[in-house]
Amino acid sequence: MSARSLRRHVTSGLMTGLVAALSFTVVLALVLILGDLIAKGASSLSWDFFTQNPVPAGQTGGGVANAIVGTGIVVGLAALIGLPIGIGTGLYLAEYGSGRLGWIVRFVADVLNGTPSIVIGIFAWTWLVRPMGRFSALAGAVALAALMVPMIARTSEEMVRLVPQSLREAALALGYPRWRTSLRIVARTALAGIVTGCLVGIARIAGETAPLLFTALGNLNFSTSVLLPMQTLSLQIFTYATGPFEEWHRLAWAAAIVLMGLVLLLGVAARWAIRQGHGAAR
Amino acid sequence: MAPPADTRLRLETVRLTALYGRRAVVKDVTILFPAHTVTAVIGPSGCGKSTFLRCLNRMHELSEGGWVTGRVLLDGADVYDDAIDPVQLRRRIGMVFQRPTPFPTMSIYDNVAAGLRVNGHRGRRALDEVVERALTQAALWDEVKDRLRASALALSGGQQQRLCIARALAPQPEVLLLDEPTASLDPAGTQRIEELCHELKRLYTIVIVTHNMQQAARVSDYTAFFYLGDLVEVGRTDELFTRPTEERTEAYITGRFG
Repeated sequence: MSARSLRRHVTSGLMTGLVAALSFTVVLALVLILGDLIAKGASSLSWDFFTQNPVPAGQTGGGVANAIVGTGIVVGLAALIGLPIGIGTGLYLAEYGSGRLGWIVRFVADVLNGTPSIVIGIFAWTWLVRPMGRFSALAGAVALAALMVPMIARTSEEMVRLVPQSLREAALALGYPRWRTSLRIVARTALAGIVTGCLVGIARIAGETAPLLFTALGNLNFSTSVLLPMQTLSLQIFTYATGPFEEWHRLAWAAAIVLMGLVLLLGVAARWAIRQGHGAAR
Repeated sequence: MAPPADTRLRLETVRLTALYGRRAVVKDVTILFPAHTVTAVIGPSGCGKSTFLRCLNRMHELSEGGWVTGRVLLDGADVYDDAIDPVQLRRRIGMVFQRPTPFPTMSIYDNVAAGLRVNGHRGRRALDEVVERALTQAALWDEVKDRLRASALALSGGQQQRLCIARALAPQPEVLLLDEPTASLDPAGTQRIEELCHELKRLYTIVIVTHNMQQAARVSDYTAFFYLGDLVEVGRTDELFTRPTEERTEAYITGRFG
C-alpha cells in the first residue's frame, strides 16, 4: 500500500469517526433531555394531572387540564388561520411567483422566518391586544399564525416545486386552465409533502412561549373563550418553573413531558405522511 | 390535379416561426396535415420538431419567452386568433408526451375522465361510456377493465403511455399530437403504439414527432424533415425515404449525420 493510499484511508477513517461523533452528540442531547424530563416529571403524571385544573398556590395536587385544552384551542386556531394563508402563499410562489412580486413575497417570508418570535408577539400585542383592550387566546393564535405562515409558505413552495413540469404540461395540454392545473393536479400531487410541512410547522409553534406572554397571557382557570386570556402548556411551564414552590416545579416537569410528547407525536405523524406520499408515488 | 378524398384540409401552418425571446427555433414553416393521415416529423435533436409540435396546440407560448409569428389553421380558422381561447383549443387538439405523464393522484378511470370533467361533463353513465371507448381505442381496456379504480401508477410504462393516449382521446379531439411517444418504451410497447397510430387515423388527424426513422417509415403517410429549425422537405413517406429531393434529407435518412 502506497503512502498516498494509506493517507487516504486514515483521512477517510478520521472523518467518518468525526461525523459519527457529531451525530452521536445530537442523539445524546435528545436522550439526556428526554431522560431528565421523565426522571423528574413522570412521577407527577396521573389521571388528575390530565383532568384537574390548577389548585391555588401552596396546595398540593391539581392538574393542567386547562392548559392542555388551551394549547389545543390556541394552536388549533393558529393552524386554522395560518395554514390556508401559508399553503396559498406557497402555491402562489411556486406556480406564479417568478416575477417581481414573487421575489418580494419570498423575501418578506424569509425575513419573517428569521424574526424572533417575541417580536411577533409584540406586534400582536400592538395590533390586537391594545385595540381590543384585553389579552385573548385569539391574539395568541394570531401571533402563532404569523410565525407559522412564512414557514408553511416556504416548505409548501418547495414541495410544489418538486412536482415535475411534465405533469403541468399534461394537464394544460388536456385543456385544464392554469388555476385548475395548480389546484387539481399540482397541489394534489404535492399534498403529502405539504401536509408534512404543516405538521412540522404546528409542532414548531406548539411549544412557543414568548409570543404568548403578552397575547394569550395565561389563565389559572379553565376557559374556552377565545376572547379571554387562555392558558397553554408552554405558559404553564413558564409560570410554574419560575415560581417559588417545589410543587410547581414538579408540575412544570410533568407539563413539559406532555408538551414534548405532543411535539413528538406530530413529528411521527409527519413521518407517516411522508411515507403515505411515497407510497402513492410508487 | 384534384386532391384525393382523404386529403381534405384539417391542420396547416402558414409561415410559422417559433421563438424563444429573440431566437427563432422554428423558421417560416408552411405545411399541410391532411385529415385522417399520419404525418411524421423527423430530424436530429434540437432541430425544432418538438417546439413546432407545441405551436400547433399553443403550448409553446407557455414556455418561458415562447412566442410565435405566422398562422396555424385548424379547419381554416387561425388558432392564434384573438377570439380563440387557448384552453378551449387544447381540448380540440390532444397531445401525448415523450414520457408517460399519468396524474399520480388519480385512478386509471379518473385519468381518462379528467379531460371530460374539466369540460363540465359529470353524468356518471356518459363518463363510463367515454372512458371505456377511449381505453378500447388505446388498446388498454382489456388489461385494465377489472381495476379501473387502481392507481394509474400501478401500470407499466407502456400501459401508462397508452393510458395517456386514452386520456387524450377521451374528449374526442380532432387532431392528435404525439411527441416521441415511444421514446421511453420497450420494443413491445413501441409496437403497440405504432399499431394504434394506424387504427386511430380513421378517426383523427395525427402528427407524430419521432427521432426514429424506421418508426416514421412504419407509421406515417407523410413525413416532414426538419433541420436547424427549417422544414427541409415534406412529402409522401414512401417517396421521401426512397427518392428524397434534398441532399440534406438524403444525408440524414442514410445516417450520414444526426
